[in-house]
Formats: sequence, structure tokens, C-alpha cells
Amino acid sequence: MSGCCCSKESTCCGGSGGIVTVATQLTMKDIFGAWKVRWSIGRMNYKIEPGLYAVGLPKSSSPVLVSANYKLTFDSLRKELSGLDCWLLILDTRGVNVWCAAGKGTFGTDELVNRISLTGLSRVVTHRKLILPQLGAVGVSAHKVAKQSGFTVQYGPVRASDIKAYLASGNQATEAMRQVRFTFYDRLVLTPVEFVSAARKSLLVFGALFIINLFVARPFGLTDFVAFMGAVIAGTVITPVLLPFIPGKAFAWKGWLMGLFWAIAICQLNGWYSVGTWMLAVGYILALPSVTAYLAMNFTGSSTYTSFSGVTKEMSRAIPLILVSIVLGAVMVLINSLIG
Amino acid sequence: MKHTYLKDLVTLKLDKDKCIGCGICAVVCPHRVFAIQNRKAQIVDKDHCIECGACALNCPASAISVDANVGCASAIIRAWLTGGVPSCDCSSGECC
Repeated sequence: MSGCCCSKESTCCGGSGGIVTVATQLTMKDIFGAWKVRWSIGRMNYKIEPGLYAVGLPKSSSPVLVSANYKLTFDSLRKELSGLDCWLLILDTRGVNVWCAAGKGTFGTDELVNRISLTGLSRVVTHRKLILPQLGAVGVSAHKVAKQSGFTVQYGPVRASDIKAYLASGNQATEAMRQVRFTFYDRLVLTPVEFVSAARKSLLVFGALFIINLFVARPFGLTDFVAFMGAVIAGTVITPVLLPFIPGKAFAWKGWLMGLFWAIAICQLNGWYSVGTWMLAVGYILALPSVTAYLAMNFTGSSTYTSFSGVTKEMSRAIPLILVSIVLGAVMVLINSLIG
Repeated sequence: MKHTYLKDLVTLKLDKDKCIGCGICAVVCPHRVFAIQNRKAQIVDKDHCIECGACALNCPASAISVDANVGCASAIIRAWLTGGVPSCDCSSGECC
């Protein structure tokens, strides 16, 4: 273990002299760190030093795996490498995962070629092959890397958990290894970040209601808070988790349906379908599903199967409806509160 | 379960005359949109294309074109509001 690279303050990482060996077992601290970023705590600054790392006791003929410097990415890769001897070339993606960084271009041809030369990789290994995660292909052009650096890019599997099988079969990926999925668990682990970010924005709504409460006959209270938060949870947790089971294709539509169920139920539970409170019921049935629809629509960015053209089409239809419905609903709820 | 999204919208195009049949598009595609038949690439599942652009970027013969961009509503809204280009940038203001 050399002290050169990898302390967080250090910026060196150039030469091949001080290559840090990394463990393939995660510590409690790593696991807690992963839990924190899943809840959006310090997620934008969870990174490691870019550069060349060693796993096991790699030789000059050992394979070189390329990855991103988001620590969650780095940890999920290295924990799959137990018993292997290989090199890890970590690009500076500014603490962003491979697929998103490739979309932005930070996990890209230029950074890869640059990092090869900064780390002196051609002096560390005798072969000229790199194994990249398949999703890195969104930002890396294999033939351009070959032309500019002399290294041949091979695209490995999508998921780190398939790396061992890929290497064992002589760098052959099966169809299943090349396919992006979006499983129940994949969707579930994304929901805390969705919820936390929506809850933060909801504080603005609560702030506005707090001021409005000073002037109205029926102040907003716990029942309204529950009604609103239910719509937020329907959009950030329920819709993502149930995604393929909700009828329809557009995310906003799926969210609107879930929000409608919630709005109908909460108005029933609170007994708002009565002469004195019908405006409240109609107002919430207009506004709440639209809030859910908007939040569900934002989950397109976390999903693995939406295209820009598709999302643009969905938005051009959904956003006008959402806006009109939220404004109408909010006005009715406010009038109901003003007249008590 | 295979997820499906809106149909007949994607901008993916393949110029078969330029295709050299190297197969890299079929390797990199995360949704298995391409297949190699008779030493030429074929688009076999266009509606599952997410316009990520990996195929076009890695095609050495420039035979593939696609308006590569992110399928992310919040990125598109941000681009509308700021007049910029949509990008995967969930950094919520905490820029580097």
C-alpha cells in the first residue's frame, strides 16, 4: 500500500510507481456510505481519486477494467472482483456513475485517452486491451480510442456482477449480460432519492400554506398534509415500484392513475363528499393526481428504457393538462378554505 | 418483465450501404435493438431504442444516425427553462 494516491486530499496519481491495491470486501463504512447516498445525503460528493488501482496481485499481462470515480460505482465493482488479479483504471467522472457520466461525456473518449497517458498505463501493462462497462459506450468511441491511444476497447457486461463470468469465458458476454434491466429491486432502491427530492420541493408548498393560513376561515391542517404527502409518495414510491404493472405507457399517465386512486380514497376517508366540502373534494381530485403525474413523469430520468423523443412527446401532452388541473384544483381548494 | 414505452417515435436510422458488418452496434446496444444478418446490421427492435447514441458513436463506418439525448423529463424541463441542451445533470445546483 503506497501513500501516494487515494488519500482524498492528494491530487497526484500520475506515475505507475504508487499504485494503490484495493480490497474486494466492503467495510461497514462503505455500506453505510452507500445507504447515505441512496437517501440523497452527500450524493454529489461521494467520489474517489481517479487513476490506476490494483486488485489482488496483477501482473503486466493482467486485464485492465475501466470504471468511474463515483464511490458507489467503484464499490459495487470491486466487491465483485474477489480472487481476481487485475488493474482498475478509474476515470474522472466527477463522482457520477458510468451511464450518466457517459451521457454527459465525462466518461468519454477524451478522458479515457487522457487517463491512459496520465497513469502511464502503457508502461504498467504489456498488452494493449481495455475492458469497459458496456454502458460506457454511450460516451466512448472504441475506434477513436484505438486510433488515439493504441489501446483496443472491449465492451464487457452491463453489470459488475457478470464480470467474473465474462472474464472466465474469455471475454464473451451472453445476451443477458448485454441487456439493461429495470427490476423491482432496481426501481425500489431509487425511490428514496426521488422522495427526498420531492419532499424538499414540497417545503415551498407548506411555506405558502402557512402564510395562507393566516387569512382563511378553514386553515390547512394535518388532513391536508396527509392528502398532499400521499400524492407525493404515490408519485415517488408507489408508481416507480409498480411501474410495469400499472396500465398504459406514459409515466405521467401511470402516476395520474395512482394519484387518482389516492385522491378518491382520501376524500372518502375524510368525508369530503358532502354539501359543505364538495369544492374541497373536487379541488383535491383535480390537483393531487396531477402532482403525482408530474413526479412520476420525472421518474423517466431514472428509468432505463425511455427515449428523448418519447419523453418529449409525453411531456408535450401531459404538462399542459397537469398545469391546468393543478391550477383549477388549487383555486377550488383555496376558495373552500376562504369561505370555510 | 420487458418494459415498453411509447412507439414509433425514435430517430434511429441505419444506412445499410455504409454498414461494414463489424457488429459493434449489436454489442453496445443496451436494449438489443440490432442484429447482424448476412454480415450486415439490421434494426430488429426499433421501439426499444432509447436514443442513447452508443451505436452511432461506436460505428466506425458512420452508418448509424440518431438524435442522441437523455430520456429524462427533469433534464428536458431544465433545458426549456434555461434555454440550454438537456443533459444528465442531477446535481441540483451543487456544481463542480
